[in-house]
Amino acid sequence: MTEVKIDNLDVKVPKGSTILDAAKSVGINIPTLCHMKDHLPTGACRMCVVEVEGMRGLTPACAYPVQNGMIVKTNTSRVKTARKTIVELLVENHPQDCLICVRNKNCELQDLSEKYALREHRYAGVHKNHAIDISSASMERDPAKCILCGRCVRTCGEVQKIGAIDFTNRGFISNVTTPYNKGLNVSDCILCGQCILVCPTAALREKSHSKDITNAINDDSKLVVVQIAPAVRASLGEEYNMPLGENVTGKIVTGLRRLGFDKVFDTNFAADLTIMEESAELVNRVQNGGTLPMFTSCCPGWVKYIEQNRPELLGHVSSCKSPHEMEGAVLKTYYAQKMNLDPNDIYVVSVMPCTVKKYESERPELSEDYRPDVDAVLTTRELVRMFKMYGVEFAELPNDEFDNPLGESTGAAAIFGTSGGVMQAALRTAYNTLTGQNLDVLNFEDLRGSDGIKESTVNINGMDVNIAVVNGIGNIGNILDEIEEGKSKYHFIEVMACPNGCINGGGQPIHQKPEKVMKRVQALYDIDEKAKTRMSHENESVKKIYSDFFIEPNSHKAHEILHTTYIDRKKILRANVQPIK
Amino acid sequence: MKSFIDLVYCEECGTQHSKSYPNFISDCKTGLTCDHNDEKNDEILQLNKSLTYQKHTDPIIFIGMGTCGLASGANKVKVKIEEVLTELGVKATIVPTGCIGYCAKEVIVDIKLPNKDRISYCEVTPKDVPALIKKTLVDKQIFIEKLLATFGKTDDYVTNINDIPFFAKQLKVVLENCGIINPTSIDEYIANGGFTALEKVINNMTPKDVVDEVLNSGVRGRGGGGFPTGKKWSFALSQDTDTKYIICNADEGDPGAFMDRSVLESDPFKLIEGMIIGAYAIGANFGYIYCRAEYPLAIERLENAISKCEEYGLIGENILGSDFDLKIKIKKGAGAFVCGEETALIASIEGKRGMPKPRPPFPAVSGLWGKPTIINNVETLSNIPSIVIKGADWYSSIGTENSKGTKVFAISGKVKYSGLAEVPMGTTLNEVVFEIGGGIPNNKKFKAVQIGGPSGGCLPEKVMDTPVDYESLKTIGAMMGSGGFVVMDEDTCIVDIAKFFLQFIKNESCGKCVPCREGTTRMLEIIEQISTRYGDGDPLDELKRFKGIIHLERLAGVIQDTSLCGLGQSAPNPVLSGLKYFREEYEEHLFERICSAKVCKEILTYTIDKDICNGCGACLRKCATDAIIGAKKELHVIVQDQCTKCGVCLETCRFDAITVN
Repeated sequence: MTEVKIDNLDVKVPKGSTILDAAKSVGINIPTLCHMKDHLPTGACRMCVVEVEGMRGLTPACAYPVQNGMIVKTNTSRVKTARKTIVELLVENHPQDCLICVRNKNCELQDLSEKYALREHRYAGVHKNHAIDISSASMERDPAKCILCGRCVRTCGEVQKIGAIDFTNRGFISNVTTPYNKGLNVSDCILCGQCILVCPTAALREKSHSKDITNAINDDSKLVVVQIAPAVRASLGEEYNMPLGENVTGKIVTGLRRLGFDKVFDTNFAADLTIMEESAELVNRVQNGGTLPMFTSCCPGWVKYIEQNRPELLGHVSSCKSPHEMEGAVLKTYYAQKMNLDPNDIYVVSVMPCTVKKYESERPELSEDYRPDVDAVLTTRELVRMFKMYGVEFAELPNDEFDNPLGESTGAAAIFGTSGGVMQAALRTAYNTLTGQNLDVLNFEDLRGSDGIKESTVNINGMDVNIAVVNGIGNIGNILDEIEEGKSKYHFIEVMACPNGCINGGGQPIHQKPEKVMKRVQALYDIDEKAKTRMSHENESVKKIYSDFFIEPNSHKAHEILHTTYIDRKKILRANVQPIK
Repeated sequence: MKSFIDLVYCEECGTQHSKSYPNFISDCKTGLTCDHNDEKNDEILQLNKSLTYQKHTDPIIFIGMGTCGLASGANKVKVKIEEVLTELGVKATIVPTGCIGYCAKEVIVDIKLPNKDRISYCEVTPKDVPALIKKTLVDKQIFIEKLLATFGKTDDYVTNINDIPFFAKQLKVVLENCGIINPTSIDEYIANGGFTALEKVINNMTPKDVVDEVLNSGVRGRGGGGFPTGKKWSFALSQDTDTKYIICNADEGDPGAFMDRSVLESDPFKLIEGMIIGAYAIGANFGYIYCRAEYPLAIERLENAISKCEEYGLIGENILGSDFDLKIKIKKGAGAFVCGEETALIASIEGKRGMPKPRPPFPAVSGLWGKPTIINNVETLSNIPSIVIKGADWYSSIGTENSKGTKVFAISGKVKYSGLAEVPMGTTLNEVVFEIGGGIPNNKKFKAVQIGGPSGGCLPEKVMDTPVDYESLKTIGAMMGSGGFVVMDEDTCIVDIAKFFLQFIKNESCGKCVPCREGTTRMLEIIEQISTRYGDGDPLDELKRFKGIIHLERLAGVIQDTSLCGLGQSAPNPVLSGLKYFREEYEEHLFERICSAKVCKEILTYTIDKDICNGCGACLRKCATDAIIGAKKELHVIVQDQCTKCGVCLETCRFDAITVN
């Protein structure tokens, strides 16, 4: 233990703690911008400077380890002047368009500007001038708003190990951008949106689809249907200061109806459908000597990753569409037929915790006759904005039920929203398919938690099925290498691009509460535990759709509607990104 | 001519005397110690004499061919000398040397006749060559016209080189061989005492001994920070890992600094010897020399020196028969000033963007590839061989209480004799400017000396008695920096200088930390507002100009206080020292809108003296913007709104009727 004095308080912290940690332990909040928990400090923003007795300049609290007997002052006028000046400098090189900014009232720079009482333009001068990058289908990059804290760069490079963006240029014209400053659409970006979650300002944000949706709602000739992803219900309440991890499904259904959606369905239904298809595909591959291991395909970020980086391994990816695309496809076929509607008059909106889903919905492979399965995708954040715009007092809404038949779901579907969930759901059904019996224990503790790679072995009919869960795309590398070398021991691998899965997706509410993610995960597991049925093959609506329409999983019809194809994007990307000569 | 490596080998003792054995260097100097080689030993002694130019039959012509010499035309002089020699049929050996430091007097050609003293000629042009060669080599007389000095006995009209004012106050430790020996010849370096220190270290000293010796010598980092080198080494020595690195920082980037370049070009072996000793002391088996790519000649000579050392077994495995191995690689810097900062330099070697990292961890604990790494400046490492040979006591007897040894300064600017000067610490600024530098040319008045590059400050006449050492310079608002020493006369505008350095820093800021990235730009904007016509007449903008200067000092303080690395922390120094010593000049720009040095063009006012102007019309015809009006033989007037302050009228007027304020 190390003993230090911070603002005249005696503080005892473990050896090696930073001044920032030590101050936090006694309730002293030191402002930070570039600091990221569990990452090495970069010391870039200098917001966290404090005065340490005996040191010449001011010391960055995030980067400096405490030493015995150290005397720290966090609030001297020298410190305050320094911090204020830093905020002033950042603000003066920023568009200062808070009133029309998507992050208005949820911006760390704005917060600091308020906290340090900026009241005049002390250092007004030239502004950096960079164009907004709107090239990608999911995200926008607005470097003018960037304060160069580097959190996105580190998230992309160190956490996700993609490295689609990095610093370029020097000094005042430094910029975070893609290689050769080309658009994000031709970069290595997989659009996971993790960078948006860490961006303190609106320099990174999703591309909004809400206007298209409003137009569709106002178009009487359209049946506008909406579906919500499993992860949305466990996080949306946070935007209304509800307890972390509160399940707000019923309120969301009511809210969506008030926005004018004609039908409100649950992506969880399609998640159950996905399990039926995916487990059938797995069983088929295992029994008939197909390509193994098989990867899940629910995560479009992961699919984009493998298409861009390892197209030669695409045969390992399940051909199932992701759940919301299945729901869209079913809506425009089975449901349209059943309700006697023209599929072109159905407008399908997905509310997703995800930014990549926007891009996914525009994939030509996921459309039929130029008619996309899903027409528009809203992130959780965008839905909240719509609620606010439409005057929906979310916290006070009564609960309501999903429309049917595409609204019924099981506990297995709910846990799709978290890392390891798809795998657990699939195992429950695959076991049943192969043995005709249900598993005794439905929870696989090995596959839960936030480890980068989770493994387990399940004995089915005397065969050991080796499975792995890749939690965050940054952990994928070795697994792909092993497969390429033919050394992989696995049969089935779940991959989710975002750490901890969709629950921590790039479209989720942004706020700096580290404990939020595990609370949301727990909410999904609670839904599973409390569900009437916890296995996809016991979903009555799913059974019905097979008996009425698809006949059986992986049938010809199911293949046409519920499965998709992939393309080699490596070639396309490399052709697009060439150094400027 | 045979080289040591051919000679220092006993056929009878065989492998015992392979190139890497403990006494290789001393055997090079005194001959083999076994009894089989009397004849060979004679040859070795002869070789020593000829390599130190004590004994030779042909005249020797030394040409200073460092970058400064080459820029002054040394190559042309060399070609011409070769031509003339063939023409006259005279045999002579031409030896290219590095820079002796007297850059103002390049091209310097030394001629040594057998059994005579070496005589130095300066400012030699190809035109002088025929007469020079004829007079010296054929007539065996001294060519008075271009005579600089002699290296030996003086007489009525030849002074000794060490008595010339430029050299008189100098004490050469790092530069002792520069301009004297051939920088491409390892034999010459050995014959002049080179690698003796290495031999001593490897055979008789433990790493701890070396570190203690360096610690006791009191030598401090010459790169600018002034951290005690021995202390740094002891940190790395105490780290218990299998891999450590030593890096030589040769990324010299300060405007007006060229000491390291000169050492690299003129005596690369000394640096490498220092580096090998350093590696031995801390236990590093891998070394990098991080040299800026803009120094092609330095890199060429370093590459040559490294391969020669490898050939001689002084770099590689089992150095001098010990179990100490070392590899040295050159890494070329891509030109970012900030890569002179230790952590940014490491990032650059690792192939990353050159951006500094917060410390701790210090590189001595976790540096290159996460391993303990010592980074020393060129000049620091070049001091090491002398410290080892002559001892810590000798070294610490030079200099002041807290700053030991000598410091090389690159004197440039408005000074009679520019060049490299190595002076003992404690020499006053006055001595450097007025005695070594010879004062200000053209009868101008001294104004300031800018010391320490962009991190330093402008020092006025009143502090010129300050001795040069780390602490004294800091107290007067400058810093030792790497050794740039720019002298300014009355025609220099302090605001303009501040602008220059801020512009430099602004461009070279890596962009990582906020105060440096954003703050230096804002400081520059404020300075630009006061030295241009910004806001003239517009009350709001004028108010902004005044406000700017009020905030300037606050901003400068925050940048100093909060920046991540030394570059940012010292960035405001040129402005702050200017405000400290030349505040009235800032105020004059700000309030009266004039620049006494007449440098800040935009705020100058050109007027025509009505009593002198005779209406000749010369200025009117030259004015590119038609700002001058007036009928022939009538008084002319400058229309201020139209005047672009180009100054052509001032140059044109033959009657001095145009005044500038």
